[in-house]
Amino acid sequence: MEKKELTCIGCPLGCSITVTLEQGEVTNVTGNTCKRGDIYARKEVTNPTRIVTSSVKVTGGTSAMVSVKTKEDIPKSKIFDCTAALKDVTVTAPVKIGDIILENAAGTGIPFIATKNVDAAG
Amino acid sequence: MNTYDLVIIGGGPAGLAAAASAKENGIEHILILERDKELGGILNQCIHNGFGLHTFKEELTGPEYASRFIKKVKNLQIPYKLNTMVMDVSPDKTVTAMNRTDGMFQIQAKAIILAMGCRERARGALNIPGYRPAGIFSAGTAQRLVNIEGYMPGKEVVILGSGDIGLIMARRMTLEGAKVKVVAELMPYSGGLKRNIVQCLNDFDIPLKLSHTVVDIEGKKRVEAVTIAEVGPDKKPIPGTEERYTCDTLLLSCGLIPENELSKNAGILLNPVTSGPVVSDNLETNIEGIFACGNVLHVHDVVDYVSEEAASAGKNAASYIKNGKKNSKKTVTIYPTDGVRYTVPSSIHPEEMADSLTVRFRVGDVYKNCTIATYFDNELISKKKRPVMAPGEMEEIRLEKDILNSYPHLSTITIKIEEA
Repeated sequence: MEKKELTCIGCPLGCSITVTLEQGEVTNVTGNTCKRGDIYARKEVTNPTRIVTSSVKVTGGTSAMVSVKTKEDIPKSKIFDCTAALKDVTVTAPVKIGDIILENAAGTGIPFIATKNVDAAG
Repeated sequence: MNTYDLVIIGGGPAGLAAAASAKENGIEHILILERDKELGGILNQCIHNGFGLHTFKEELTGPEYASRFIKKVKNLQIPYKLNTMVMDVSPDKTVTAMNRTDGMFQIQAKAIILAMGCRERARGALNIPGYRPAGIFSAGTAQRLVNIEGYMPGKEVVILGSGDIGLIMARRMTLEGAKVKVVAELMPYSGGLKRNIVQCLNDFDIPLKLSHTVVDIEGKKRVEAVTIAEVGPDKKPIPGTEERYTCDTLLLSCGLIPENELSKNAGILLNPVTSGPVVSDNLETNIEGIFACGNVLHVHDVVDYVSEEAASAGKNAASYIKNGKKNSKKTVTIYPTDGVRYTVPSSIHPEEMADSLTVRFRVGDVYKNCTIATYFDNELISKKKRPVMAPGEMEEIRLEKDILNSYPHLSTITIKIEEA
């Protein structure tokens, strides 16, 4: 039996969670105060994931940059690959929240989407 | 002079929620004054996720959270002026402001909501020794440069202070290719949220050195190295513990201060602990008809609570505009002590208070397995168990109107930390 202590990142409460594993299988989760914590803890010890946020250049817009995020969480090991994939991406205004900025970020199957509205300049 | 029922100073999360709430509570003539070129305030540069779980039951980024409230304000057709700087607020509620279109102008308001937010503590307020080269930024300035302007402030970074913006920027700079060498924190605990230690530092193996501070900055044109040292219980550096880090950038994340120059000039009484106005349960300052909410009142760690507080301010201002000042016969003082540093509000009118009132506060140290005890005069009324409390995380208790009013002679509510 193996026990792992985690701090939940699901919300600002930051609950201290204890996960019990037996032969790599999660057998118990305690310390969480909501369902999100349970899901986070199980994922974190087996296949940790994160939402990745960044920003990319915009041309012809009221702002120089538009903020973006992965539409869903991606494997933690792919964080750097995902931000690297955005390096040469430039979009043209207008951009709306939810617009796809980059399909299939670093082979994760998850797209980057815009998180800010940027109007066309002028 | 133009007249408005309600002028809201600041178009960030507090101002937007206050405006929407006032309109929904029947106030027609509202004006929001915002100094930036767009609404949304600091949320526009907080591109990370984790906002809105409380309000929308989903995890949003800062700009997405802001856009929900901007949309609401636009749908409610509440007018706003951008690029507009408020110069003065007078006790009789005349607002003097200026912008490039209107020049200098004055507005007479029936009520005002202060929603100016806060600013970062700068190097000048920290007494850091060393040279004054380029490459020293507040964490929020670096955040704006990276996320909005599209510039990287540097390649090798040391961060002083473990406030949330510093932690968020440690991750952000790392993702953009910089090497963040260390985060030094003067206190023996972090000033940021636990979740940010995990996902911004631990995820990237960035060391956090508690009880450490910067003792030297080298470099004449550009930062070349930063030396940090451990501090003792007196917060003074311990000789012999110095560690030198070569770097080109130093970010400062050493606390936020409510921006109350306008409030001070208006004669509004400030709380020396929060640097924000002293308010009663309806979020009204000592000047009748001037209300405060959000980070100008006290610095929050969660925007959802800013929106909630601002919605109350909007509702209370609406009630003041429609019904005038309530003639409160009774005032109960809230007395924070034994680890509770302050409370917002700091007084309550039991007869007029909301049915359920949230009292928010911060503790002065890290407490484990303690309780938040509430006393009505000398009688213990409630105990709330808390496994961990820290200065970086705001606490709250709720007070119920009917319970308060069942104590007709109540004069002081004491809130303190006790051992469980």
